[in-house]
Amino acid sequence: MNAHSADIAIEARGLVKRFGKTTALDGVDLSARKGTVLGLLGPNGAGKTTAVRCLATLIRPDAGTASVLGYDVQRDAHQVRQLIGLTGQYASVDEMLSGFNNLLMIGRLLGIPRKQAKARASELLERFGLADAATRAAKTYSGGMRRRLDLAASMVGRPAVLFLDEPTTGLDPRSRNELWAMVRGLTADGATVLLTTQYLEEADHLCHDITVIDHGTVIAAGSPDQLKARAGGQVLAVTPADPSRAADVQSLIAERTGRTPATSADSATVTVVVDDSSVVPALVRELDDKGIVVEELMLRKPSLDEVFLSLTGSVPPEPPATPAPQIAGSAL
Amino acid sequence: MTTMTPARHLSPLTGLANTFTLTWRSLLKLKTNPEDLPALVLTPIMYLVLFTYIFGGAISGNVHNYLQFELPGILVLAVIFSTLGTGQMLSQDIETGVFDRFRSLPIARWAPLFGAVLGDVARYALSVAVTLAFGILLGFRVESSPLAAAAGCLLVLVFALAMCWFSALLGLIAGSARGVQWIGSLIYFPLTFGSNVLVPTAKLPGWLQAFVKGNPMTFLTEAERGLLVGGPVETPVIRTLLWSLGLVVVFAPIAVQVYRRRT
Repeated sequence: MNAHSADIAIEARGLVKRFGKTTALDGVDLSARKGTVLGLLGPNGAGKTTAVRCLATLIRPDAGTASVLGYDVQRDAHQVRQLIGLTGQYASVDEMLSGFNNLLMIGRLLGIPRKQAKARASELLERFGLADAATRAAKTYSGGMRRRLDLAASMVGRPAVLFLDEPTTGLDPRSRNELWAMVRGLTADGATVLLTTQYLEEADHLCHDITVIDHGTVIAAGSPDQLKARAGGQVLAVTPADPSRAADVQSLIAERTGRTPATSADSATVTVVVDDSSVVPALVRELDDKGIVVEELMLRKPSLDEVFLSLTGSVPPEPPATPAPQIAGSAL
Repeated sequence: MTTMTPARHLSPLTGLANTFTLTWRSLLKLKTNPEDLPALVLTPIMYLVLFTYIFGGAISGNVHNYLQFELPGILVLAVIFSTLGTGQMLSQDIETGVFDRFRSLPIARWAPLFGAVLGDVARYALSVAVTLAFGILLGFRVESSPLAAAAGCLLVLVFALAMCWFSALLGLIAGSARGVQWIGSLIYFPLTFGSNVLVPTAKLPGWLQAFVKGNPMTFLTEAERGLLVGGPVETPVIRTLLWSLGLVVVFAPIAVQVYRRRT
């Protein structure tokens, strides 16, 4: 292990992976600090899954290097496999086996003695709210239950590094919140998590650092706040009390800032990126002069959605729903 | 939290333990998915009833004589076809992502393959037991000795164990369980029926006899007839064992290699 990488849990340098003529990864660099959550963010087909598969020793990169806790994923694959847990995009549990036997099997494969493996399986089923379904075949589980079992399966060996490939895709808001709480709990215990997601909201909530990739290349990296700062300045949002005045507000703002503002279709809110917040007082005076009553005026950091849009030029997918408030006692 | 220093190498003993765990998993499927059982049990029964009463009179003059002739062949037929299950299960594991999980674990790379193959021996044994039991119900009689009959059962299992490496390879390259089914049938039908399983070689046209005489199924069936009802034993048994060895030597390494390379 190199001294300088002592606090780095996952590191990739110049990862390249081609499938036939398609280049899935075109020189990806990323690193995750120990005990943090690194979000790998990108649209569908950006190369997120390929990157995870390289890091989890499932496929060999064509070029570049990657290491987990200082062990090279190619040269020291066996060591890496002893340190990681993996949850794929689809639930990779054995559907024919019961939840309990799935976890018992993995415990045994990890070399845990039968008695402890059984205890660990029961403990995890309990923790993931699957105790009642422990003896049922996994194929009878709902999508959310299966995802939880899959996650439990990746945690049997108490991995120091956990790879979660789109762990919340297809989960209902409640299960998603539970999963978020779980991920936070893991990092609090000192584990490092790399998770891929298409959802900016998720990355914003959960990740200490974010690496944005598109077409197999890293297009931005940093903390959520750093990324938001990169989109330039701040966002000014003005909502007139009378929606019919939105057009007036828009032309006024365009005049003041020299930029074309956007108006939301449903709420008549006019938004624009401003580099210099001193335009705000002047704008307020002018709105007042024209007799436009403002219901809401706010200056904020751009959302990750806006960052994503400016970085990739494509609209990110909508998250399934706004998460319900955190359910007390469901944190794991 | 893991604080241990990970082991550099995997001991063969660990690999063996991994294999047994995965064999247990394979057997558990038989227990927890009873819907698999009817296919396993009913197929040999169907073969016996169909072939005995359709071909019996035409080939051997009467049903009892034909049953004595064909039962060893049906034994081969039933077991060989059930080896396709190995490939189907493997491709299912790949499709559903179970193999990705295995590959991310610090286990012997070959353990999932060996575990699947070993677990399937139980299925074949069931096939053999059902075929024999139902055959006896229809009037089949072992004319050799119980020991020879037991050796016959063992031999067909040995050959099946060799065949399922071919099936495993099919499972790794076919892409889906359905793919295994139809590619497998395309290969297995001519291989099994193009032998002396149901019809004595002498009754076949000359060009076909050439194929039948070189077909390993013919040797296996001859050996089974010798061990169950009498006839030459030594030569067909040796040939069958050589073929079994050959199949393992050729297909097991290829299957392991393909499995390792699969991305």
